[in-house]
Amino acid sequence: MERLTTRAKQVSNKEMTLMERIYLPAILHGMGVTLKHFFMKKASVRYPEVQRPFSPVYRGVHVLKRDEEGRERCTACGLCAVACPAEAITMVAEERKKGEEHLYREEKYAAVYEINQLRCIFCGLCEEACPKEAIFLTDKITPVEEDRASFIYGKDKLVEPLDKRVDVSKRQSWRLNQA
Amino acid sequence: MMDNIPFLIFSFITILTALGTVTARNPVYSVLFLVLTFFALSGHYILLNAQFIAVVNLIVYAGAIMVLFLFVLMLLNLNKDSEAPRPWLWQISAALSAGMLLVVLAGSMREASLYLVKGGPEAGEIGLVKNLGKALFTEFVVPFEISSILFLAAMVGAVMIGKKEKQQA
Amino acid sequence: MDQALLIEKIILVLTMLGITLLIATYSTYAERKVAAFLQDRLGPDRAGPFGLLQPLADAGKMFFKEELIPAASEKWLFIMGPGIAMFTACMTGAAIPWGTELHIFGYTLNMQIADIDIGILYIIGFVSMGVYGIMIGGWASNNKYSLYGAIRASSQMISYELAMGLSIIAVVMMSGSLSLKEIAAQQSGMNWNVWYQPLGFVIFFTCALAECNRAPFDLPECETELIGGYHVEYSSMKLGFYLFAEYINMFISSAVIATLYFGGYNFPFQDMISSPALLGWLQFIALFAKIFFFIFVFMWIRWTLPRFRYDQLMHLGWKSLIPLAILNMVITAAVVIARNNGF
Repeated sequence: MERLTTRAKQVSNKEMTLMERIYLPAILHGMGVTLKHFFMKKASVRYPEVQRPFSPVYRGVHVLKRDEEGRERCTACGLCAVACPAEAITMVAEERKKGEEHLYREEKYAAVYEINQLRCIFCGLCEEACPKEAIFLTDKITPVEEDRASFIYGKDKLVEPLDKRVDVSKRQSWRLNQA
Repeated sequence: MMDNIPFLIFSFITILTALGTVTARNPVYSVLFLVLTFFALSGHYILLNAQFIAVVNLIVYAGAIMVLFLFVLMLLNLNKDSEAPRPWLWQISAALSAGMLLVVLAGSMREASLYLVKGGPEAGEIGLVKNLGKALFTEFVVPFEISSILFLAAMVGAVMIGKKEKQQA
Repeated sequence: MDQALLIEKIILVLTMLGITLLIATYSTYAERKVAAFLQDRLGPDRAGPFGLLQPLADAGKMFFKEELIPAASEKWLFIMGPGIAMFTACMTGAAIPWGTELHIFGYTLNMQIADIDIGILYIIGFVSMGVYGIMIGGWASNNKYSLYGAIRASSQMISYELAMGLSIIAVVMMSGSLSLKEIAAQQSGMNWNVWYQPLGFVIFFTCALAECNRAPFDLPECETELIGGYHVEYSSMKLGFYLFAEYINMFISSAVIATLYFGGYNFPFQDMISSPALLGWLQFIALFAKIFFFIFVFMWIRWTLPRFRYDQLMHLGWKSLIPLAILNMVITAAVVIARNNGF
């Protein structure tokens, strides 16, 4: 039979030798091991002050991007909702009215766009499905909320603010390099 | 009068806790009162400048024997309900025998004069461990060794009782 | 009694009590830090610099927890239990020589609270009293699990007291005195008892671990497999008292070990220091350095060794330690007699 690990040990019920029955050598050996660890480098990260680096492909909270002129890119085609394996995305489409050209890039836009962060599994399929390069996953972690309803993110939380554009280039360029 | 105050306090505690031992309905309380009695008695020993006896009294009686008593009582979980009512004949005979013991004790005490340590450089220091050890191993060595044989016999007996039950099982 | 002496003793008692409590408080912090470091973690570091205020935070938590007294408990005994545990733990410190004498503001302070000529018996006496706090607490809770815990604890403590007493007897025979002051004074320089009594030291140390209910003998209070112990029903500061008493016991045990086997306040080459004032302080510091080392060893062992099974614990106590202690005693007695007769 193939061994699962190289560190397997044959267990036996043999009588202990006198040296083993005294226990003290084994105890001292064990204490030596722990003392060595006393002086080792610690594995802890002092979290709020020090943060461990994220992977470049980290998939966090979604963002609905605007284009260079600040118009929403999303055209409410629904492909992301279809692609979503967790069925976390819902939207209501609406036609762009006259005088709203500076708000929406396409002639149809999402009046309501909701992602349930409790359902989302952050797989990134929505991002891949999007033909308009509107939805992206960022490196932000979903913040803590106190009730379940607050985890359903509407457009107020998803669409990137005009004055605080979200940079998604790190993950996207990494993906392009891989491709 | 001032010198008597510690003595009076200890005597008061001794008698009070001894009464508690007898009158407490719950045997666990009884044992705990007895422990307090031993504490107060140790206080008396210290007043008599017998520190060794005082501490040994605490270690052996309060620290070991009473713990074993408590051990058994806690496991048995005796209380008022499980205590069988004694027949009145028992009560009378118990009172009679205890009363006779009291009479005998009182009678012997009445005639006896208190043994006083003779004056000298070591007067009143017989209770200190050095003098006590000397006395035990010279003057009183025979009774001391005989009492240790008594303990040995008791120990062997306890082991025998334990062994016997094991064989039957 | 001399009034000045009385005041001196009261000051000394209060100081030593304060130091005892302070060290016990910071032992909780040290315990967590040592545990963390042995496990490659950092330990508490949020309250104050390096987490130094953590004991205060812990105490605050203890104080504000809800106080529960089980309805079917023996109320007075339930309250007395932790008090007795704490009281007996604090009392033991009185007989330990914390140094020879200190010179403060031109005043000479004798560093032993009570120079009882049977000091070591006094300590054993109060240690054996410590069982009552545990037994009373466990029984008064009116909970079968805490009763089991109390019985486990007390039978363990009684068993190990025997071996402890026997190993002390060897030291007492060597030094010919029951006074801790005398025992400490005889070990001046590097003439420590541990060189003559290595076996006795190992036995005493093992028993000290068991007496303090410390790992690997912490069966009375293992939370996971035996749902705690005698203090299952306790909460708030009463629980705190029990836990705190354990740390005080650890401190006192370390002090006793240092005094009996490691020269107490003596340190090597102390004869070269001529100033008595400096010597006094250095001896005080030397004793506490030894005590801190032993507290560390206590914790080090706790976070290294797994717990004994109960039958293993009893086997070790009755079938290994007591025969070894008796052997040690007999050998010591033979050597002492041989030396007295000029061999």
